[in-house]
Amino acid sequence: MQSTAAVSVSASAITSGSGARSEAARRPGGLRVCGLRREALACSSLRISQAPARLAVARAAAAAATNGAVAGSGGFDYDLVIIGAGVGGHGAALHAVEEGLKTAIIEGDVVGGTCVNRGCVPSKALLAVSGRMRELHDEHHMKSMGLQVSSTGYDRQAVADHANNLASKIRSNLTNSMKSLGVDILTGVGTIVGKQRVRYGKVGFPDKEITARNIIIATGSTPFVPKGIEIDGKTVFTSDHALKLESVPDWIAIVGSGYIGLEFSDVYTALGSEVTFVEALDQLMPGFDPEIAKLAQRVLINPRKIDYHTGVFASKITPAKDGKPVLIELIDAKTKEHKETLEVDAALIATGRAPFTKGLGLENINVVTQRGFVPVDERMRVMDADGNVVPNLFCIGDANGKLMLAHAASAQGISVVEQISGRDHILNHLSIPAACFTHPEISMVGLTEPQAREKADKEGFEISVVKTSFKANTKALAENEGDGIAKLIYRPDTGEILGVHILGLHAADLIHEASNAIALGTRLQDIKFAVHAHPTLSEVLDELFKAAKLQPREERGSKPSQPPQPLLKALSFITALLSSSIRDRQR
Amino acid sequence: MATAPAPFSLSASTVPARLRAAAVPAGTRGRQPRRGRMVVRAKIREIFMPALSSTMTEGKIVSWAASEGDRVNKGDAVVVVESDKADMDVETFHDGIVAAVLVPAGESAPVGAPIALLAESEEEVPLALAKAKELSNGQPQQAAAPAPAEDALATPPPPPTPAAAPAPVSAGTKGIASPQAKKLAKQHRVDLAKVTGTGPYGRITPEDVEAAAGIQPKPKPAAASPAVAAPSAAAVPQAAVLPPVPGATVVPFTTMQAAVSKNMVESLAVPAFRVGYPIVTDKLDELYEKVKPKGVTMTVLLAKAAAMALAQHPVVNASCRDGKSFTYNSNINIAVAVAIDGGLITPVLQDADKLDIYLLSQNWKDLVKKARAKQLQPNEYSSGTFTLSNLGMFGVDRFDAILPPGQGAIMAVGASKPTVVADKDGFFSVKSKMLVNVTADHRIVYGADLAAFLQTFAKIIEGPESLTL
Repeated sequence: MQSTAAVSVSASAITSGSGARSEAARRPGGLRVCGLRREALACSSLRISQAPARLAVARAAAAAATNGAVAGSGGFDYDLVIIGAGVGGHGAALHAVEEGLKTAIIEGDVVGGTCVNRGCVPSKALLAVSGRMRELHDEHHMKSMGLQVSSTGYDRQAVADHANNLASKIRSNLTNSMKSLGVDILTGVGTIVGKQRVRYGKVGFPDKEITARNIIIATGSTPFVPKGIEIDGKTVFTSDHALKLESVPDWIAIVGSGYIGLEFSDVYTALGSEVTFVEALDQLMPGFDPEIAKLAQRVLINPRKIDYHTGVFASKITPAKDGKPVLIELIDAKTKEHKETLEVDAALIATGRAPFTKGLGLENINVVTQRGFVPVDERMRVMDADGNVVPNLFCIGDANGKLMLAHAASAQGISVVEQISGRDHILNHLSIPAACFTHPEISMVGLTEPQAREKADKEGFEISVVKTSFKANTKALAENEGDGIAKLIYRPDTGEILGVHILGLHAADLIHEASNAIALGTRLQDIKFAVHAHPTLSEVLDELFKAAKLQPREERGSKPSQPPQPLLKALSFITALLSSSIRDRQR
Repeated sequence: MATAPAPFSLSASTVPARLRAAAVPAGTRGRQPRRGRMVVRAKIREIFMPALSSTMTEGKIVSWAASEGDRVNKGDAVVVVESDKADMDVETFHDGIVAAVLVPAGESAPVGAPIALLAESEEEVPLALAKAKELSNGQPQQAAAPAPAEDALATPPPPPTPAAAPAPVSAGTKGIASPQAKKLAKQHRVDLAKVTGTGPYGRITPEDVEAAAGIQPKPKPAAASPAVAAPSAAAVPQAAVLPPVPGATVVPFTTMQAAVSKNMVESLAVPAFRVGYPIVTDKLDELYEKVKPKGVTMTVLLAKAAAMALAQHPVVNASCRDGKSFTYNSNINIAVAVAIDGGLITPVLQDADKLDIYLLSQNWKDLVKKARAKQLQPNEYSSGTFTLSNLGMFGVDRFDAILPPGQGAIMAVGASKPTVVADKDGFFSVKSKMLVNVTADHRIVYGADLAAFLQTFAKIIEGPESLTL
């Protein structure tokens, strides 16, 4: 009974797949309800599923040892060639090796791609600094904990070095992990020259050609710079330059208030800059759940040295030169009328990212990009100009634009490898969490409240929303960091989690309980009985799950956490009988 | 923030609370009636930003339920205000017509600030508009607020000059204020149009706004005033809180006094030593008599002499910031201790070695004036590299100064007194002599360094011609 419920849940995540792996993926859905006996069963099935994986690793190791002695099957040089060694390509490569595929990865720049070299990784180093600066600067906060700090300061170059060192460390980790597993790292720019054929080499001189049974495009993205904006890398720049932290301007305008802009505002204000946001939409942080955005504005924007202009485009940005500051011309986003000219010391362009798909040779296989993005279906299979699937060609990560996050790229890569290993797999993008590493952090998974309401209206079901506050959490209060909420959007009829949004201390780490629940199809009626250590921040989610009110409906498929009363009574009666008879016998 | 709410489960995004906005007759707000027609003012009421919680200092207008020209009745919700806790509908106490919205949706206003004007009847609407104009002139509303058409003419800050115009480099565009400056201006009700910007490109900085609001710059731990207090006072360890003497009055420190106290205690961590030196001042006194009519004071002469000596002994102008290194300062900035009401402050004569005594005197006069008015900018009292303290005018013959944090040495100058001296041939004569005592950080300045510096200083004082060069 339980497992049927679990199957229906995971149907959205995993389609009609078969085999031990997907079986195992399903089992935990019914795990808790089943009690101890089932848990043991689920565990055993998990163990079974791991066995082939271990074998695959052993095979891969053998392949590595003999360095390509196991040639790609069917006359191909490789089973899989990945173009682009970012986080997406890396994730795909590792999983491909695990599956015993002979794999090569082509990289024209540095291993690690945007995330490791110019994105998530170095920015986390800067944000770590900004978090500490904030703590040390917040005298009131310190004092309330009984701490005294006399004066704080920072050495810009040392901060920049910390970010740079972290990037190189992660980069070498990534490179080594691929090398040790036997992934061939080919240097150069890869171009698809035909079906299952890739040429690579220096830009303009792709002199080496290889064949591959399957090809994954994972070329990622570059910062998007709207026209009219002149980048000089010193006073007007993108995140690529900003992460080098070559200067800390007195006043910086940040164009775009998404993840990137928000994180940089956190860094710059912590280091003493004043910040002006320029946002084209009417609200700051347009991608976030509105309620979270509103609270974020109260916590992350209003009390800081930040102001903002919303509903405006930066139509022209001129770098500082000839003794003049950076000039930003703002026009109304709707009427296009000139509104104001800002004079600032620097401008960071954080208006999003554009796919990096030029020179891939897509024209050779009749594929037309859409605004630069490679069109793919839900299985990441590349679609050609006529809307047909191009066989053996996949595209993952920022280049397909489905969800421009490093871990999404990696998950898509793993999904592709699953497919080419003979197991159908569709990634549930709604289970992919996202995080913004401000102080405090913001994280989310699934739908926002407006999205959920729209879906509910369309499909005719009800949704409910519950919230819990960090102010009620012991650990958060101990840290004196009570700002923040967690918000759950769910279906009261089925207990399905539709979305979870968190703003608060360590939100980025907390979200995974929710994202895993969505991925595995765990329902609220089940997860609310899971135990959380006390006192931890995870209790914020615990409270959240427990606060969810479900409709007490008989037909709610996955409800039967308790066997029917009569049955229970009968059971206890039998047990009592048995035990008494045993006792009798012992006498 | 007040109480920790137990896990709540609100499904509505705003707290539907209703609050009544205080709307009082405008005339009662202490404004002086200027024109005859303002007699009818009592019929125009201001709607104020209400205090929605005990911690609320300012509120943001989420939306206006009523717009300009709308007739509202007592008890109607006219505006939704976002406080630090929740969004609330605010009702009006009076019937009337919303004549002018002073703070548009999306903007914030401090608690108690007028956010709209309510006219009692149609006839009062023009008057209310005139008043709105008046109010918005007095307030920094320049942030592209959609003001009524007639208002635009009266708004003082001109639109920023177009980028194309080749503005002179130093001038920059007027009226540009940094984000924090704008926030502070709103908070302290400072009219940005009247603030002179001192930041890059003539920009108005947060410090400018604070100065305009008459706020003491925040006492930064490292940048506050050093002191010339008696050593015994500073030696009292702060940790031990002594029981109050019965019948005594306890007056808490002002922020400045607290900063002095903190700095004095901090100075105990520095291994300081002192070297004294007698200096004959007859020639200096002669010079002083000559330049006095030109506005030069003894303080400036001494500062100049110290600066010239420091130029030859850079280590005395250095400081030890981390206990591991010398920090050599590129400028010689002489801080001079000045007693002011309720404390002391050290205005800084910048580049004292480079400027002549007349220019320094001019600067000094300005600094002292600002110091007494408590209007010194942080860089005008915290940028010293060497401190001079003179108690000679009180007849003090010698004293011992405490080294301020972040500096390598401080000079304490006593009074110049006629003294019988014997020269090398045994002839007696009477000369004016003063005792100079320098306290220095022994981590970087050694005895011989200080002695050599004092020797140079004495030579300059005893042959003061070079001071006028």
